[in-house]
Amino acid sequence: MSNFDFSVFNFELLQSFVWSGFKFSVQLTLVAMIGGILIGTVLALMRLSGVKLLEIPARIYVDGLRSIPLVMVILWVYLLIPLFLGHSIGKEVSAIVTFTIFEAAYYSEIMRAGIQSISRGQVYAGQAVGLTYAQNMRYVILPQAFRNMLPVLLTQTIVLFQDTSLVYAIGAYDLLHGFETLGKNYGRPVETYLAAAIVYFVVCFSLSMTVKRLQKKIAIVR
Amino acid sequence: MKYQWDWQIFLQDTGGGETYLHWMLSAWGWTLSVAGLGWVVALLFGAVIGTLRTVPNKALQLFGNAWVELFRNIPVLVQVFIWYYVIPEMVPALKSVPSFLMVVCALGFFTSARVAEQVRAGIQSLPRGQMMAGSAMGLTLPQTYRYVILPMAFRIILPPLTSEAMNIIKNSSVAFAVSIAELIQFAMQAQEETSRGIEMYLGVTVLYVVSAFAVNRVMAFIEGRVRVPGTVGAAK
Repeated sequence: MSNFDFSVFNFELLQSFVWSGFKFSVQLTLVAMIGGILIGTVLALMRLSGVKLLEIPARIYVDGLRSIPLVMVILWVYLLIPLFLGHSIGKEVSAIVTFTIFEAAYYSEIMRAGIQSISRGQVYAGQAVGLTYAQNMRYVILPQAFRNMLPVLLTQTIVLFQDTSLVYAIGAYDLLHGFETLGKNYGRPVETYLAAAIVYFVVCFSLSMTVKRLQKKIAIVR
Repeated sequence: MKYQWDWQIFLQDTGGGETYLHWMLSAWGWTLSVAGLGWVVALLFGAVIGTLRTVPNKALQLFGNAWVELFRNIPVLVQVFIWYYVIPEMVPALKSVPSFLMVVCALGFFTSARVAEQVRAGIQSLPRGQMMAGSAMGLTLPQTYRYVILPMAFRIILPPLTSEAMNIIKNSSVAFAVSIAELIQFAMQAQEETSRGIEMYLGVTVLYVVSAFAVNRVMAFIEGRVRVPGTVGAAK
């Protein structure tokens, strides 16, 4: 262990190589989280609508995406979008599209569980007051479902942040790639991979501790 | 958008004396081997760590918690890199170990944290009377776990273990980053060589779906064979 050399971690080098990667990873996570929750909620509503025409495509989408590896989806999107658009898009844009549509499948299962956990009495009460289906969802059901599921949604976001490291498959410049480039350029890959692991651990662990505290605060006592 | 499908590509020679189909099937074998051995490692360590998190000893509980938090908060790809690049530097004796085993360790330890969580949940879902009954019968703590708690806990957690088994097949895809000749490596190389990305990717996707489905059915079969008549969820 005596030949570890951590001098590669001075501030300028970190800033030039790692910071832009870190920013991209965070950006990717936030965009995929927001887009994924929006699309996921729509998918969950489709599955719970009772209309077969909506239910079946939603089920195929969610079950299909959940049964193949994320790396495979990353490769598929990176291959297909240029074919459809006629010109190539950047690796970073491809990654953002991939993660949004992939995480939508996982967020939709969480939102579906949340919506189903709301008692039917709420739906009937809304209808009794004269709300339409859309108004019922918007003002009564979804706010409660979202609040109940917030810890699970945030945990999925932590998993999403970890999964962003998989853009390695197409070489997008994320946090892991930043550390790897720093290591390769200065001949110290061992220290930089270790540092990458530590950074991911610190971020994810502190986020999951925050989620645990949040869960205690917003738990509704019935 | 018209696309010229060319399924004959699978029968084309790769230039090394075998067809692309043959290469894809051997890559599938590598995927299943990595996932299968990793699953064995994950079950062994996960069962131990999950049990440790429920024993009355605070130090053992802390160790179990630390293990789970460590392997859950680092992405699986980063863990593969640590096992492949960093650990052989820290323990020079491991430098001669083939990379296949390092990936198996990485995947196995990552999944063991998730299995440990399931085992802990299974143990804690049993009525506390089970432990008390064990000690009332004169069994020591290890004996109570071995003969009373763990058999029931494992049967309870077979459904979540099924989805963990399906997950490890998907997670084995990160082995491409350290040149294991598995399905993703095949997909990337074959797509570059033949420019027939859609056919290649479709073949690989189908194999992943088939593998996950097969694992699901095998676990359902095991679940049917080991269920205890009259217990929760096993009533038939």
